[in-house]
Amino acid sequence: MSTSPTTNKLGLSLQDYTGGKSTLCVGCGHEGITLQIIHAAFELGLEPHQVAKLSGIGCSSKTPAYFLRSAWGFNSIHGRAAAVCTGVALANRSMKNLLVSGDGDSMSIGLNHFTHLIRRNVPVVYIIEDNGVYALTKGQFSATADQGSALRWGQVNELPPVDPCTLAMELGCGFVARSFSGNPKQLKTLIKAAFAHPGTAVLDVISPCVTWNNHETSTRSYQSAKQREIPLQELGFIPPFHTEPVEIPAGESREVTFPDGSRITFRTLHEDYDPSNRIEAWRIVHESREKGELLTGLLYCHPDKPTLHDFVKTTQTPLTALPQSTLKPGPEVLLRIMEELA
Amino acid sequence: MTRVNNFSIEVATVNGSGSQTANNVLMRAIFQMGVPVSGKNFFPSNISGMPTWFQIRLSHRGYAARKPETDLMVCMNPESAAEDIARLPPGALCIYDESLKLGNCRQDITAFGVPFQELATACCPEMKFQRLVKNMVYVGVLVRLLGIEMSEATLALARLLKGKAEALNHAAMDAGYQWALANLPDQEELRVQREPRSGARLLIDGNTACALGALFAGVTVVGWYPITPSTGLIEGLAEYAASHRLDPETAGPTVAILQMEDELASAGMVVGAGWAGARSMTATSGPGLSLMTEFIGLAYYAEVPGVFVDVQRVGPSTGLPTRSSQSDIKLCAKAGHGDTLHINLYPATMEECFRFTYDAFDLAERFQTPVFLVSDLDLAMQSWITNPFEYPEGNLDRGKVLDEEALKKIQAWGRYRDVDGDGIPYRTLPGTPGGKGAYLTRGSGHNAQAVYTENPAEYTEVLLRIQRKILSAASVLPQPIHLECGGKRGVLAYGSSDPAVMEALDILREHHGTRLDYLRVRALPFSETIGGFLRSMEVVYVVEQNRDGQMAALLKEFFPKEAPRLRSVLHFDSTPITAQTIVDQILSQEM
Repeated sequence: MSTSPTTNKLGLSLQDYTGGKSTLCVGCGHEGITLQIIHAAFELGLEPHQVAKLSGIGCSSKTPAYFLRSAWGFNSIHGRAAAVCTGVALANRSMKNLLVSGDGDSMSIGLNHFTHLIRRNVPVVYIIEDNGVYALTKGQFSATADQGSALRWGQVNELPPVDPCTLAMELGCGFVARSFSGNPKQLKTLIKAAFAHPGTAVLDVISPCVTWNNHETSTRSYQSAKQREIPLQELGFIPPFHTEPVEIPAGESREVTFPDGSRITFRTLHEDYDPSNRIEAWRIVHESREKGELLTGLLYCHPDKPTLHDFVKTTQTPLTALPQSTLKPGPEVLLRIMEELA
Repeated sequence: MTRVNNFSIEVATVNGSGSQTANNVLMRAIFQMGVPVSGKNFFPSNISGMPTWFQIRLSHRGYAARKPETDLMVCMNPESAAEDIARLPPGALCIYDESLKLGNCRQDITAFGVPFQELATACCPEMKFQRLVKNMVYVGVLVRLLGIEMSEATLALARLLKGKAEALNHAAMDAGYQWALANLPDQEELRVQREPRSGARLLIDGNTACALGALFAGVTVVGWYPITPSTGLIEGLAEYAASHRLDPETAGPTVAILQMEDELASAGMVVGAGWAGARSMTATSGPGLSLMTEFIGLAYYAEVPGVFVDVQRVGPSTGLPTRSSQSDIKLCAKAGHGDTLHINLYPATMEECFRFTYDAFDLAERFQTPVFLVSDLDLAMQSWITNPFEYPEGNLDRGKVLDEEALKKIQAWGRYRDVDGDGIPYRTLPGTPGGKGAYLTRGSGHNAQAVYTENPAEYTEVLLRIQRKILSAASVLPQPIHLECGGKRGVLAYGSSDPAVMEALDILREHHGTRLDYLRVRALPFSETIGGFLRSMEVVYVVEQNRDGQMAALLKEFFPKEAPRLRSVLHFDSTPITAQTIVDQILSQEM
């Protein structure tokens, strides 16, 4: 096992991928996700200025301030970062979009946009920091709260949850994963793979809220998540630029290759789970959830789908880079149009 | 007495019956004879089966406002025929579908029954097309009855239809003409005569004019959601872009047009794209604009450019979706919660629809803010005669954007720092290499460095600077147009009320001896010229097509001392304002 280098292929250090000081609660699950975003971006050697950090409103949506300080970020409005992201993607297709959202942001107020982002296969790593509550407004249930989970003061959630992962699979999302902020190794690998995916990559990350939803009767606490988590695979990620031998999980291993040449390798821990079989995968995730289990890992992966840019026929050169000579037709064009209307 | 080139024709049909082509041929034929015409389509919010009216006004003096009286009615709709005939003035002409048996219903008009079905059957054996070509029969009848040149009607038809459709419709038009020649007496009441044309003219609707403005302004990203009456703008843009904005490399268009899931998303897409450096826009109407409001507030506060075209219809709520009004004036001025004020452009002509849309992109990037092009259904969907548009010379104004080279030379950069003292900060675009210039844009409180703050002084500093920035735009926005007559009483109007005001001023002068100045407002924030005009007058009639006097309210806010001079002339019954409405309301207030 090789020791981690202190600089990446760009010569940048881990420190170069950090951000401002966090104002989240001590022990917040989101901090673990922020840390793995930093590590994944460092290890992938992402050019920070080529990453667009997008978010809505909520605790999770504050986190883009806490990583990749040299990347542009847009902390927009509640539930609608998906729409902002679609605009960014079309304006400048060379950007790598990283959208950080929460369960309230994406599964309630922003559910509409979430579904249509997936339908259009907008290129983005879409992380849902999922704690089951509205934390900034002091702990109301969100739409992902499990049936039967209780708030600190006893109120029990009676409504069935919206599962971002089965929903994304139903909508044909080409990369669907679930992880847990208490499982850093898996999370980092999934984030790296998500960046290799050319379309929408959805990562639902269970991320306990230590202030409002980490008590014994909550199904979204650290303890509950740890007890219920069943990792589907042992995962490895091989970036396209890698020439040295990499750590691949022992045993019989499969892999999915992304269009950029990078690969995610996995050794299945769950019998019969095939992340390339959408319907079967959906059934297993759904049934497992009904049983109270928390399946984590790569739930579904199918990287070769047309993306937004195929649908819109976006120019190869980013639209923001087109010169005036291309954008503004000449006087002869106006003259011709005027003649047609005369 | 013969009226030449100065009357109005109205065609009453059922919507979905295909009368649009026939009406356009009729109007174009008259237009091609050099006669000033304007066409107004009064259509229901429905696919087919409800009454619809098309009004063509011929005016040798060039008046293009709605004319309330119809001089020649074509009755094709059994549902509305009784009412259509009842509202004709004495002496009017009427042609009607013979089967309606309307011949004796009014003694003071001249009515001719035409066997439309019989004529259509004779010239078009295929039953499924008869309903459509029936409309072309009335065109033929009117060509004969009014003295329209058949060659021009034939030319107009050839522009709109090709092949078999053209042949069928031409046969129907000819059948109508021949029938009228054989069966109708000559009439000398209403005549169309060729007029010498001064310069080139063209017929266009405001949505198309705005689409062309965006096309030439280099729009690159469009997020939209279908809503009447704005839909035609985006569809027109897509059509023109497919032939005139092609990427030499990929042969794909250099504008990404995406139909979103709703107007919230359309606005979000505009803001995201504008932030990333695109020239982005959307077009919508009142209900859509309501949904976009939160994003517009964000764009205002985070200083993100974007062009928002509001094609106003009649509200509140769903209101009358296919009728026109000027009732989003306050919404466009102040969209967003908290303190806001937006740059608004109020086009009144086709040339302004084109030019102001073009300018809106420059203004949005120059002032880093949403810019509103405030159109309405009357401008956007009706046909207007215009001079050809002048080519907008010069470079696109991309505003204060720092690239890698510029950033290298700068020691300390802050996204919201007022370096030049004009309230306009420098921005950087995502993806700029060099390791400098990145920042986090946010709708939450931020200081000059774009860092989150709840500090009262820092918050206030940014908010006041944005106000200063927006107000400073007044000097570069289209200035008001002042028609002076040296008196102390004047009219102030904007947008699609202009044709009716121009006509009303003539009526007041010629028939009532009342001379009024006229100031046409073309932009918000208001320039000092407007304040000067108000101060120079004793009374100013503010003409607008809404119930609440929304523009008057804005004027009172900007120029509170002048408030007592303002008197509202309001029209809001869902029809476009007429000159007579303005004349009557002014005269009643002059008493």
